[in-house]
Amino acid sequence: MDEILIGGLLALMVVTVWGILRTRNLFAVVVLGGIYSFLTATVMVALDAVDVAMTEAAVGAGVSTVLLLGALYLCRSEEARPMHKPWGAMALSATVTLALFHGTVGLPGFNDPQAPIHQHVAPRYLNEMKQEVDVPNVVTAVLASYRGYDTLGETTVVFTAGAGVVALLRRRKRKGKDKA
Amino acid sequence: MKHDLILRVIAKILIPFLLLFAVYVQFHGDFGPGGGFQAGVIIAAAVVFYALIFGLKAAHRMLPESWVESMMALGVILYAGVGVAGIVLGGNYLDYFVLDAHSTVHGQHRGIFWVEVGVATTVSGVMLKIFYMFADRGHLDRQDPAASQESAEL
Repeated sequence: MDEILIGGLLALMVVTVWGILRTRNLFAVVVLGGIYSFLTATVMVALDAVDVAMTEAAVGAGVSTVLLLGALYLCRSEEARPMHKPWGAMALSATVTLALFHGTVGLPGFNDPQAPIHQHVAPRYLNEMKQEVDVPNVVTAVLASYRGYDTLGETTVVFTAGAGVVALLRRRKRKGKDKA
Repeated sequence: MKHDLILRVIAKILIPFLLLFAVYVQFHGDFGPGGGFQAGVIIAAAVVFYALIFGLKAAHRMLPESWVESMMALGVILYAGVGVAGIVLGGNYLDYFVLDAHSTVHGQHRGIFWVEVGVATTVSGVMLKIFYMFADRGHLDRQDPAASQESAEL
């Protein structure tokens, strides 16, 4: 049942991407991007990754759609026709895609309990968590406690992204004397 | 969208529940799905929603840009401060076991709680700051009152 659902959602995502490729109206592209994010979020729910789904729905479909609409307000809403046919770039991305497909052949199967990633530290987290941290949600325990350094790094990355945007977009108000 | 009565009424009803949901996701993250990042994003989305319906100026009045900027840094400082607290109390950096004198498990709970608060603060601050900067740009680009009115509504 889950596989049919996920397959259907993935097919809808392909249709959405095709629509994004075909249309030249950027407003439609932004809206289709939001739809794509919601489909991704639904796939995440079907895969029982509700945390990721929440983030995807709020960031991908919510905030970033609004940001793109804000950017669209500053420029023309029609995509310009390309000056030339980008065959070289197309060949490169096709090659990379094929290489990635080839790479997935070597990966362990989906839901395989014998996969290396489930054999390394995951059993220890699951077995010792009750005595060491004792929170019912293992994801929170791993995220905030066992991998506390990683999460500190991630928070710093988010902060750096914000600081970068501030550095790029901030303008001094040109009222009164202009020293620069 | 300033004169759209239905949107304004719906927004007024929805936004308190959005914020309540964010708080639930934040503090219930130990038991169910969620945590600091999700809560921060939902808070930001609620404020963005408010700005979309009631205008950027109203959002600035509710949550001034200086606050948002401080939130960006305060979250990281809070997170790093939990690590320093671990050192001060005799453990390693980001060692939660020493945060409670009586029980290591309570120390873990305390550490996770404050770390998640830090994450939520930074994430919502950054999201809102980026939104404010983008939305403000159109406002400053076009100085004529009609266009700035329009961008304030955007």
